[in-house]
Amino acid sequence: MDFEAREVKVVDHQQLTLQLKALFASQGLAVLSTSEHGQPYCNLVAFSSSDDLKNLVFATTRATRKFSNIGSEPRVSMLVDNRSNKVSDFHEAMAVTATGNASEVMGPARDALLKVYLAKHPHLEDFVMSPTCALMRVEVDRYYVVSRFQHVMVLKLKE
Amino acid sequence: MNLVIPLQAVAEAGVHRVGGKAFSLGILASRGIRVPRTLCVTTEAYDLYARSTGLLERISLELNRKDFSDMRWEELWDASLRIRSMFLNTAMPSTLVKKLMQPIEEFFGDARVAVRSSAPGEDSSEASFAGLHESYLNVAGIYPILDHIRLVWASLWSDAALLYRRELGLDVHHSSMAVTLQELVDSERSGVFFGRNPADPSQAVIEAVYGLNQGLVDGAVEPDRWIIHRSDGSIISHDAAVREGRMVPGPAGVVRAPLPPDLISVPPLDEGEVRRIVEMGMRVEGLFGAPQDMEWTMSGPDLYVLQARPVTAGGSGQADDRAWYRSLSRSYDNLTRLWARIEDELVPEMVSVAKRLDDHGLRDLDDGALAREIESRVELCALWERTYREHFIPFAQGMRLFGRFYNDTVRPQDPYEFMDLLRSDDLISIRRNRGIEDLAAVVRKDPSLAGALARGDLSRHPGFQQRVRSFLDEFGDLPCSTPGCAREGRVLYDVVLRHASRHDAGSQQSGRTTEYLEEYYLLFFPDEQQPFARELLRLARASYRLRDDDNIYLDRIKVHLKAALDEARKRLGPRADRVGDDDIPRALRDPSIISPVQPEAECVHAQAGFAVRMRQLVGQPAGSGIATGTARVVSSRQELSAFSPGEVMVCDAIDPTMTFMVPLAAAIVERRGGMLIHGAIIAREYGIPCVTGVPHAVELIRTGDVLTVDGYLGIVTIGEGTLQEATAGAQGHGGGCLGGTEAL
Repeated sequence: MDFEAREVKVVDHQQLTLQLKALFASQGLAVLSTSEHGQPYCNLVAFSSSDDLKNLVFATTRATRKFSNIGSEPRVSMLVDNRSNKVSDFHEAMAVTATGNASEVMGPARDALLKVYLAKHPHLEDFVMSPTCALMRVEVDRYYVVSRFQHVMVLKLKE
Repeated sequence: MNLVIPLQAVAEAGVHRVGGKAFSLGILASRGIRVPRTLCVTTEAYDLYARSTGLLERISLELNRKDFSDMRWEELWDASLRIRSMFLNTAMPSTLVKKLMQPIEEFFGDARVAVRSSAPGEDSSEASFAGLHESYLNVAGIYPILDHIRLVWASLWSDAALLYRRELGLDVHHSSMAVTLQELVDSERSGVFFGRNPADPSQAVIEAVYGLNQGLVDGAVEPDRWIIHRSDGSIISHDAAVREGRMVPGPAGVVRAPLPPDLISVPPLDEGEVRRIVEMGMRVEGLFGAPQDMEWTMSGPDLYVLQARPVTAGGSGQADDRAWYRSLSRSYDNLTRLWARIEDELVPEMVSVAKRLDDHGLRDLDDGALAREIESRVELCALWERTYREHFIPFAQGMRLFGRFYNDTVRPQDPYEFMDLLRSDDLISIRRNRGIEDLAAVVRKDPSLAGALARGDLSRHPGFQQRVRSFLDEFGDLPCSTPGCAREGRVLYDVVLRHASRHDAGSQQSGRTTEYLEEYYLLFFPDEQQPFARELLRLARASYRLRDDDNIYLDRIKVHLKAALDEARKRLGPRADRVGDDDIPRALRDPSIISPVQPEAECVHAQAGFAVRMRQLVGQPAGSGIATGTARVVSSRQELSAFSPGEVMVCDAIDPTMTFMVPLAAAIVERRGGMLIHGAIIAREYGIPCVTGVPHAVELIRTGDVLTVDGYLGIVTIGEGTLQEATAGAQGHGGGCLGGTEAL
């Protein structure tokens, strides 16, 4: 893991990781952006993150537009934030944009990620267990962490 | 906070924590009235369970799949069954178990207890709806007790409670359920005291049975009844019951046992005991300040009050249709009697009525006689439709009774697993389809037959003609899809041709066999309970089979009405299009009543022309599997005749007259909701993906739309994969729903 710090010189690696984990735990939904021939397309998805922050997980049926989009363009972006729709959001809210590659999780990795996912969203069990539902993961390349309005950090997980 | 509190503490805890039943028992006990030894599990235990397990959100999801006003009663039952299944399959968190275990074990030890609902508000005088929630008698041991607490919690969401959700203020995030645990009294006689007779407010009523109260409450045992003067407690009248049985504790739960011969001629109460119960009832009324609906039981000389709640202003008679729905809930005994009546009397009568009606003679009737014939057939259909509503629909409860019993015992992940145990090749519609398929198989091998069928002339194929005749003898012709099709067999020819045009055939029996499932089911019962388990299965199978067949029997009568109407329309010519079926006899007698103006055609696809379109519709998963195909909206018999193999059938409701097209469908989408309805049953039989209960399905989906039908999740997606759509110049996305609703 590597940092590109902008605006600040010194970043407490551990503290940032903890902040991301806390944010991800506090939010049930994320905005997922896929694209279709260059046309971006956003959705709300119930998500969770793996403990090492390398994966963001969500579920979708295979008949959806987002699933089809990912099939032709796996590069996606996700946004997780804690805004509360108040003016104070400008200094208080934190928003994290993730970029990476999305794919359906198969094989042994699925069990572990499924467990993580259902621990956070137990009420989605029937949905996720349907044979028509795909468990998806975004293998994150970078997190763009925005706080205090203009404070932006980039957390690189992959080159 | 204590989740389990003794009766002495309920007053302090308050009715919102202990529920109405426990609260009034607390008051009775504090005034020295004898009540069973009781503990109360507070609403906080329910809240803790429902919140910490994610159940609350799952219930919300279930109940918000569609607008309540779009839900049929059958769908309420289905929703309730699924919620119950969630409770059955969701264990209590260990922290909660720890908190409940110690006080309950300490208080009851090995004693047998009754686990009863005590919902806050349930017994208040504003909303007294007796019997919405459940009670379980004769439960012993801490784990069975904990298990039954969950069942009582689940009954907060019973179908009856959902029916009265508005009156009850039922709400996922605010409603809760307390539970009372009562030591089971060794009941010799039991009953109710009704402090005010709904028929005459100056009277009170006592009902009494031998054994436990359960028999009286659920209608399994007929009670003796006394009418009492409220003013002086004197007996006005005594109606003796035909005393046959009583409910007694079994190895677990209660069982109905025959009454010992020496008790048959003896009323359960003598006059002195009647007086004693009246005195008790009046005393309790004095305590609460209003006439009471009080359950009591006697063990030796001791009289116990089991519960008391105010008599509601309107009595128990609810004037709306919901009372009819609730009356559908039948006991096993009642259903067994109904079964005999249907199979031995009603079905044979329907068959013979249908046979007696002769359509060949219709052509020879003059217009007046034809009008009379139509009227008499209308009346006949109405009569049998009433019979259908009064007897056949209630008998469908047999499946439901079994479904609950199966789920309570076997606890499957899929709450509809029991349906696989009921499947039958013996349904008329399935046998009929098999007959069609056999004919189609012959046509596939001999192409010259296809031409002959298309021409409607089988004279050169006597062997095949003979087979067609035996089919027609057994099943009759398939219902006409075009008015005026009088030539026998023509509809069948057409359908056989269609079946022949596709390769694969037959129902795809999936997975485990019925025999295997039956063995598996019976494994759950000790020897002494096996006979009952088998009997209930037999009843449910009959219910499943008749639920389907009865439609066909009814249709065999209705088809004759249609034949008579068709004859009339033929005579009236094109003018007939301006006359509704109801006015046909009048028009026959006096054609001048027919309006000269063509009524404006009703616009069925009101949505057409709007820029908004639906992308995804949600119903109930009623047949598992997934399929993509072109939609064929079938809203009339004519449209059914245009149905091609591989299309997705979209309709208001599949009735048995349409069943023979089902094997050709890639999937089925139905507006009418329910898991146990005809369309769902047939789709399951053929392993065809099916989604039912899609509001406005026939208006929102258009013939030609590409549909993906997800029969696992109950989702219908309209439109092709987005790639194709993009090249075709995409339009508005995700009609109104959050594009990702499916992931929410």
